[in-house]
Amino acid sequence: MVTAVLATRLGRLASTPAGRIWAVCLRDVTAAHSVGYTFLLVVGFLEPVLYLLSMGFGVGGMVGEVVLADGARVSYASFVAPAMLAASAMNGPFFEGSIGFFSKMRYRKLFDATISTPVTPFEVAAGELLWSLGQGAMYSLAFCTVMVALGLATLGQVLAVLPAALLIGFAFGGLGLLLATFINSWKDFDYLGAIIFSMFLFSGTFTPVEAYPGPAQIIVWLTPLYHGIELTRGLILDALSLSMLADAAYLVVVGLLGLWLASRRIARTLCR
Amino acid sequence: MPHVVPVGYRHRVPKPASLIEAHRLVKRFGDFVAVDGVDLQVQPGEFFGFLGANGAGKSSTMRMIGCVSPPSEGVLRVFGLDPIKDGPVIRSRLGVCPQQDSLDEELTVLENLVVYARYFGIPRRVARQRAEELLEFVQLSERITSKVEPLSGGMKRRLTIARALINEPEILMLDEPTTGLDPQARHLVWERLFQLKQRGVTQVLTTHYMDEAEQLCDRLVVMDHGKIIAEGSPRRLIEQYSTKEVVELRFGNLPPETVARRINGRISEHCERHEILPDRILLYTADGDAAAEAASREHPAPSSVLVRRSTLEDVFLHLTGRTLVD
Ligand SMILES: Nc1ncnc2c1ncn2[C@@H]1O[C@H](COP(=O)(O)OP(=O)(O)OP(=O)(O)O)[C@@H](O)[C@H]1O
Ligand SMILES: [Mg+2]
Repeated sequence: MVTAVLATRLGRLASTPAGRIWAVCLRDVTAAHSVGYTFLLVVGFLEPVLYLLSMGFGVGGMVGEVVLADGARVSYASFVAPAMLAASAMNGPFFEGSIGFFSKMRYRKLFDATISTPVTPFEVAAGELLWSLGQGAMYSLAFCTVMVALGLATLGQVLAVLPAALLIGFAFGGLGLLLATFINSWKDFDYLGAIIFSMFLFSGTFTPVEAYPGPAQIIVWLTPLYHGIELTRGLILDALSLSMLADAAYLVVVGLLGLWLASRRIARTLCR
Repeated sequence: MPHVVPVGYRHRVPKPASLIEAHRLVKRFGDFVAVDGVDLQVQPGEFFGFLGANGAGKSSTMRMIGCVSPPSEGVLRVFGLDPIKDGPVIRSRLGVCPQQDSLDEELTVLENLVVYARYFGIPRRVARQRAEELLEFVQLSERITSKVEPLSGGMKRRLTIARALINEPEILMLDEPTTGLDPQARHLVWERLFQLKQRGVTQVLTTHYMDEAEQLCDRLVVMDHGKIIAEGSPRRLIEQYSTKEVVELRFGNLPPETVARRINGRISEHCERHEILPDRILLYTADGDAAAEAASREHPAPSSVLVRRSTLEDVFLHLTGRTLVD
């Protein structure tokens, strides 16, 4: 009886925009399940872990402690770990949103068929974003496990930081989608990689932003990763501040803007 | 062989007078006008066809009706609804077999259908059952778990047709459904489309095969450079634009041009209209046997004479010319 009611409820939900966004995402789940996807996942997860080990513990051994804005002192590994989490939360959704989406949209022309169904271009974009977000969540979860195992975070801190990681994924997933709509060939991804890598290096990842010269600080301040790191660092080092609300808002805006602009450009490409 | 028919097709009442209605429909790509003021109506249950050379604007029109391409001008109503405002609702009641298969090559045959069904909000169990029935319907059951990528062109086409039926559409849009199929597969598709027609599914077809159009379509239009230049049932079009019969005359190695010059003037006495091609002369006439006999008495006499009924192909070539368009 209850299941029957639930089934009807779900059935009605299935033919709404939310249901269709979910359906687009489930397509990717189905495809991932049948492709040898685990390898990619493992590589994506290992990268920030290796950075954490080499920078946090390797370089950290020479650097010693870092003094935070509020005067607190933390080990270099503790300083770098939240940033690596942010980077790991960014990488999955960004590359899935850009490369993955590009290959589906332009190379395999997957969505040409999708838009012949009730699914709209916006729902395609949102479904793809949801899928990349799911990937980001897996990376983040794995990375958090490592942090707890290394004693760099407590379980409570991890629970608090996961939503922030999702927010980072949302912003970069949306950005990835948007950039993917501008890309014309596989070669263009080299530029994307370069942009992301420089952002990764200079968003207050390895040094406090205060260490950069003035104008550079402004550029850093504009990057979404900086705001993401502010969030993860604040939450994991228990250094909460009101400005973190602004950081979160910034990420939301970037994600929404990316999604919205991307879906408009997708509509123009698909609905010629 | 038993014909397996997917269950559950239902007539939905009330229906608007025309399922598809277009007035002065225009599609532009930049400065280029692909569809140039098309008027048409498709009635419930009708099998409607588009004929036209490459680039005539058939697919562009189909895509506008399928609500995946906004019209540049004119009025378009599908199920009485506006494709711009009600795209998702219209598309939920359409089945589309596009010119390019656009199957999901990462998925299996079955997954292709089940995933596509989800876009329509069809519950999982129903989707699976329908998918299995449809695969039986297009004789792909043996390949249910294989990946799509290694399938033959004909199998992919049949899968695309099955996919178009997953939501039990009221209108089935078929853009060149049999292009590239071998004769067996083509006949299978024709049978299936005919069965769907008997069940009251409205169908809109484009094709380059005149025999296909003649067999399947109740009514068709011929498009040329984005315009509709003729409209009617296959039989009416033949009556209107061709003669009852055609005589094909061949003259061995003698070029038809030369023959025509020698019997100049008298050709037109034997027929209503004639056409001189590089390899033969065609006589369009109501009485093929009489024309053939008269032609045989000429000098030079034809080396071979064939009398046949006029077909849609004669109409098509008459209307759109023999020169390549694209
Ligand atoms: N997206 C597009 N951008 C620019 N031109 C286009 C686009 N789509 C179609 N065209 C042009 O519009 C014209 C009509 O194309 P369409 O695909 O409708 O023809 P068709 O009748 O389906 O031809 P075919 O029999 O070859 O499939 C062609 O000249 C084509 O080049
Ligand atoms: Mg076409």
